[in-house]
Amino acid sequence: MSLKIDHVSVIYPAADGRPPVAALSDINLDIQEGEFVVALGASGCGKSTLLNLIAGFLSPTSGGLTLDGRMVTGPGADRAVVFQKHALLPWLNVIDNVAFGLQIQGVPKQARNRTANEFIGLLGLDGFQRSPVYKLSGGMQQRVGIARALTCDPKILLMDEPLGALDALTREKAQELILKIWGETRKSVFFITHSVEEALFMGTKLIVMSPRPGRITHVFDLPFSRQFQSGTPARQVKASHEFIALREEVLNIIFADEEAVE
Amino acid sequence: MTDPRPKGPGLWARLARSRPTKPGEIYGVPGQGNTFWLSVASVLALLALWWLVTALGLVKPLFVPSPQSVLAKFGQIWREGFTNTSFMDHVLISTARVFGAFVLACAIGLPLGLAMGMSPLIRGIFDPPIEFYRPIPPLAYLPLMIIWFGIGETSKVLLIFLSIFAPIVLGARSGVKSAAIEQIHAAYSFGATRWQVMRHVILPSAMPEILTAMRVGVGFGWTTLVAAEMVAATKGLGYMVLSASQFLQTSVVIMGIFVIATIAFAFDLMMRFLERRLVPCR
Repeated sequence: MSLKIDHVSVIYPAADGRPPVAALSDINLDIQEGEFVVALGASGCGKSTLLNLIAGFLSPTSGGLTLDGRMVTGPGADRAVVFQKHALLPWLNVIDNVAFGLQIQGVPKQARNRTANEFIGLLGLDGFQRSPVYKLSGGMQQRVGIARALTCDPKILLMDEPLGALDALTREKAQELILKIWGETRKSVFFITHSVEEALFMGTKLIVMSPRPGRITHVFDLPFSRQFQSGTPARQVKASHEFIALREEVLNIIFADEEAVE
Repeated sequence: MTDPRPKGPGLWARLARSRPTKPGEIYGVPGQGNTFWLSVASVLALLALWWLVTALGLVKPLFVPSPQSVLAKFGQIWREGFTNTSFMDHVLISTARVFGAFVLACAIGLPLGLAMGMSPLIRGIFDPPIEFYRPIPPLAYLPLMIIWFGIGETSKVLLIFLSIFAPIVLGARSGVKSAAIEQIHAAYSFGATRWQVMRHVILPSAMPEILTAMRVGVGFGWTTLVAAEMVAATKGLGYMVLSASQFLQTSVVIMGIFVIATIAFAFDLMMRFLERRLVPCR
């Protein structure tokens, strides 16, 4: 698996008397097999635009994206998206939601339920197969969303602030769960977040983006998720000097951007 | 002189102010609470008032016949029919007209409304004619129906059809917007076609609005029934009510009203049942 983003720019056309907006300017990014790339930045820096490009919901104004050498020309099952919220289908129960992608692809009921059950188990949702999703807690709903994205065996998972709506404790547990699943499935991940700590903890590569025009200003290679996977407890990883120093450095960059906007 | 008793809040203050809820309820939810027994009491009180007014002779039976005489009339028409047609025939022909028109309106209106919600082309074409005729009372275009389609069943069913059609189209059209964009994007990201998104995401999330539109629509259908049976009808509940009123048979009029209300209510109960089955998340 290799995703290449090559000199991509996105310019939103002028609207309401305002000039055109350069949402993304000359983005270059490679995501390799098994990488966990986290995008972080002040609001308006184009993180979501970048995710929409990779998902195929948006076409670039210039430049191009290739996945394993093939141009990205639209959404497809090789790139599964996990949304922040409102993306589950409340009229279906847990197993039918998880199996939804397979149903779209015409997989027969028995086969898709078998696959769905596998991922329901992986996400710790066993026993909730028949529960209606609107009765689950926010954290469990998000796990259903992740299980659903995994069923179609995508090459890359695109996660658009998947934990943004969760409370702090649930969020930390969910971070560890996502890392565990990433370790087991070896999927590539593109992950958007507003939380610096989450970004540092989860990614193998961090891209820091700045607004006006949206661009990648800094790239960091991160060791922390691998430390966690090799057995160091999450709290200990997040309390290390190395982690704190990098957190302050990244926070400085982002606050400088926020102030420049005001 | 002052009143020694401590003054509690007045009736108005108690109605206007919220009290803390009992455990198990949520504070401040508008209109919470079970109303079943209150509704039963309300119906019984109205019936009692009706009976009282007639029993005391406050109103002449010509204006308000007593409950007993309406019931007796019902029994008589049930046995002997009305204007040489049996009671069940009146009921069946009217029900067939309304539900025939309703089924037709759903069959055409639901796909058209969904298509109008999905496609600017279809919306552009069909929005003006529907919005043009929608606010016109059916009685106003009844003469046109008769001139164009004669005095047979066609013009009657068509008139009822038109009154049901508009609310159903509108409901389906606005229901299309119920799906969250994330749900639609999720389906597309699994490689769904436009048709699959329609079938698996947009239609199910539009269901609550569609069902409400169907309930509203069938109500319009019954409203229009009487207008449709005004001209050249010899059977039907609307005809029965209209001709009875011409002979000042008020008890038949009231009886007909009750029969129409009962059928409409039974259908509404069925729709509510369907709604609970199809959209439990509401």
